[in-house]
Amino acid sequence: MLKLSFRQDNGWLRASVQGELDVASAPVFRARIQEALDEHQVRRLVLDLRDLTFIDSSGVGAILGRYRQLAALRGEMRVVGVSARIRPVLELSGLGRIVPLERAQGR
Amino acid sequence: MNAADYMILELPSREDNVALARVVVGAFAARLDFTLAEIEEIKVAVSEAVTNAVVHGYRESPGVVRIQAHVDDGRLVVSVSDRGVGIEDIAQAREPAFSTVPERMGMGFAFMESFSDELSVESMPGQGTTVRMTKRPQHRTVG
Repeated sequence: MLKLSFRQDNGWLRASVQGELDVASAPVFRARIQEALDEHQVRRLVLDLRDLTFIDSSGVGAILGRYRQLAALRGEMRVVGVSARIRPVLELSGLGRIVPLERAQGR
Repeated sequence: MNAADYMILELPSREDNVALARVVVGAFAARLDFTLAEIEEIKVAVSEAVTNAVVHGYRESPGVVRIQAHVDDGRLVVSVSDRGVGIEDIAQAREPAFSTVPERMGMGFAFMESFSDELSVESMPGQGTTVRMTKRPQHRTVG
């Protein structure tokens, strides 16, 4: 199960990602974020992962795909709220070398 | 092996069954003295193996993914099997960043290797693939 909620903040679209990001939910993640970027007409995205409870390589691929898409449009992307639970997967994937990762407070 | 020490799960090769597979194996693994972080690692490794079976093994036609787990001498042994297309070149498939599908990381085997103690892959083109992983709980520090 994946839930996304969006809010616009100073030219950035903030997407709060809740639940699990895997092969089944990655297409939903991709489509919902695309819709929201189009609707808000922004090219700057903050992914807030503090309520993401599971991610695997399919999920990391979906995040990287959004980064590549925004970079091609000269946009920007940040990842915040990285909890101890999902940090090992994000670190092992090397995503942090491409996209800045900010840890969740106190986690 | 006694009856309490193993599990067998068969699922149709659907993407939404990947979550079910990892949750079941994670619950089974909790019988051993794994930390929560180790259980998360097991769930990621199982997720990768079952995803590979669904996305690659059965890319031509759907089939059954069989997930087995048992406890052997204090360690967890998990195998994930499909009767799908098989892998032509296992060494190439295990290389990081190799993927036959766009917008996939090709990191699946790298995650399975990192999050298990041992990983073996058996495959025959046209016959299917079995991935076998073992993991032993690391000794916790007291407290």
